[in-house]
Amino acid sequence: MTHGATIGDAAPKGRVWDRFPIRTKRVIWAWAFLALPIIFYGWIRFYPTFQAFWISFTDWDILKPAQFVGFENYDKLIHDPAFWKVFRNTFTYLIIGAPVSLVVAFAVAYYLDRVRFMHGFIRALYFLPFLTTAAALAWVWRWIYQPVPIGLINGFLAQFGIPQQTFLKSTTQALPAIMVTAIWAGLGFQVIIFLAGLRAIPQTFYEAARIDGLGEGAILRKITLPLLKPTTVFLVVFSSIGFLRIFDQVYNMTSNDPGGPLGSTKPIVLMIYQTAFSSFDMGYAAAQTVVLFTILLIVSLLQLWVLRSR
Amino acid sequence: MRNRFMLAGLAAGISLLTLGAAQAVEIEYWQYAYDTRVTAMDQLIANFEAANPDITVKQTTFPYDDYQTRVIAAKAAGQGPDVLQLFYGWLDKFQSGGVLQPLSTTAFPHDQIEADFFPIVTAMKRGDDYYGLPTAVRSLALFYNKKLFEEAGLDPANPPQTLDELVAAAVATAKHDDAGNLISEGITLDMAGQDHQWWREVLTRQFGGVPYSDDYRTVTYGEKGGTEALKFYTDLQTEQKVGQAGFMDEGQAAFRGGMAAMTIDGTFRLGSFRTIDQFEWGVTELPANADGLRSNYASYFANGIGSSAQGEELAAAEKFLAYVSSPEAMQIWLEVVGELPARKAAALTDTNLADPVLAPFLKALDYAQTTQFVDEAGQRQVAIDMANRVLLEGQSPADSVAEAAAAEQAIIDDATK
Repeated sequence: MTHGATIGDAAPKGRVWDRFPIRTKRVIWAWAFLALPIIFYGWIRFYPTFQAFWISFTDWDILKPAQFVGFENYDKLIHDPAFWKVFRNTFTYLIIGAPVSLVVAFAVAYYLDRVRFMHGFIRALYFLPFLTTAAALAWVWRWIYQPVPIGLINGFLAQFGIPQQTFLKSTTQALPAIMVTAIWAGLGFQVIIFLAGLRAIPQTFYEAARIDGLGEGAILRKITLPLLKPTTVFLVVFSSIGFLRIFDQVYNMTSNDPGGPLGSTKPIVLMIYQTAFSSFDMGYAAAQTVVLFTILLIVSLLQLWVLRSR
Repeated sequence: MRNRFMLAGLAAGISLLTLGAAQAVEIEYWQYAYDTRVTAMDQLIANFEAANPDITVKQTTFPYDDYQTRVIAAKAAGQGPDVLQLFYGWLDKFQSGGVLQPLSTTAFPHDQIEADFFPIVTAMKRGDDYYGLPTAVRSLALFYNKKLFEEAGLDPANPPQTLDELVAAAVATAKHDDAGNLISEGITLDMAGQDHQWWREVLTRQFGGVPYSDDYRTVTYGEKGGTEALKFYTDLQTEQKVGQAGFMDEGQAAFRGGMAAMTIDGTFRLGSFRTIDQFEWGVTELPANADGLRSNYASYFANGIGSSAQGEELAAAEKFLAYVSSPEAMQIWLEVVGELPARKAAALTDTNLADPVLAPFLKALDYAQTTQFVDEAGQRQVAIDMANRVLLEGQSPADSVAEAAAAEQAIIDDATK
């Protein structure tokens, strides 16, 4: 009986399908293929995102059933000095890290573009850290920053009788010390993208400018930078999001006291991680996540608007 | 001919079925990944399976950092293990979250537990029920590098027995370069290691205080003892300059590398330190104060039965738990992992008490305290920050201790509300 029904249903469907014009069929096929990634993506990304919004209004701790608590988590967040500290840290990573990394990457790309000798090799050297696991890099840097007798930099300083620096063990030096490694690790990627952008600018523009007698500085200001804008916009947004989400470097370089000393290097993502997976305070962690999401959204939109092409 | 084949097939099928029934019980055991612990457990499982051919035990391990999350997530998904290892300090969380089931009093009578195990076993009791039994217990002691002691003109056979002697030995063994940088520590300072336990349960008491109220729900180190204890601790870096937080990253690394004359660490470090071959080291009890008062911190990982184990699996889990808490299992654990047996009779043997390495740890079990943490990581962080405020920001020990006491009280109140 069921057999009969399926066959009976299928027959008219076949006739409906035959009636569609080729164009419609193509669209249907396209959507059929697209549906799979869309459903998958929606399921693993958007559904949990909305779930996180909901969890942020509960006191869920994994073990006991969640209870609705209204804005309690957000209220706690506003009055938590630890949160404002990580907030400040996160923006320090962003406001110093992103511009510095872009300027350095541009300078490297600008001059590397003119180097013919061993160009590929030098480019590979810059790109290498980007290919390496962040955790492995962080541990090497952690060793480099150690005090004497094992630290590389301090060992060097000590040979010249210069007092050793505390680096990761200091509340003032630790954040910059970690930021340097994050900038360095992302540099290769930015250099490659800038190089591609520079190569995409037609040589004829430069030739015309030189014939007109423009100096190098003027060429840079009037031709290179304006034409490089799409690349710059992409990198600004990309590296800003990267610095707002910084985690690996900090966690691996301060794993004895994650985000320390005294929370001076802790970014918001690390706070979320600790709230969720060592205190199991999922509701509070979700509220922090929502705040991070909002910041990322605002910063990205703001940058797209500021750097939009007129 | 064909019939005979069918008969043979049928017979084989039936015998397979019955075999299957006899071997039906498989239980799952979880612990965190640590080489010697996994090896020891493999041995225990092999012995147990040989004695109980109808039970198989499957061991699953996770990295320590993920372990609690995995247990809790598995409970949320309804797929928890039958027997699992847990730190005594996680019990509140696991018990209130329903991860564990209470041990049945018929399989594990309370009077026997309390007569046979060291008294710290009561940290596994909530209300009228026990929720787990330890195989091994751990305590702290002072490790010292005999080579560095000799070089400094100290007698390696007479390690420091009091706090004053400790400081004197540290001053004698610490080395600095011309610029004044510390290049070899007298004693390691590592709050993230075991020093927070030393400060909390040992130094605070030796300086006349008590760290917590009896039920561990009220922080009392802020009232008395805590400040003096913290000052003693931070002075080692700021005044005597015999140690430095973060030197060679971790205290145990500095000691292993022969760059620290003394370090305070636990029994669990024995396995790792036994592989040192550049120098000889010794162990002694944690130093007493001027009045001869000693204290120590003892802790343990216990094994409990998961709340999902029922029927046959529960019976098998109980048998397995009984075996891994037996004197035989404790002896294997001692040999492989180096941790002390949790049963008095198995621990306090003449051989163990004559062992120069084990004896200091065993003696400590007589006077050791077991802090009841509500959030071990959070409470440890409070102690780390407390020392850092003094060492890095120049805050006075009194203010720092007061701030720490308030922060820790907030953690406890939050967890027990």
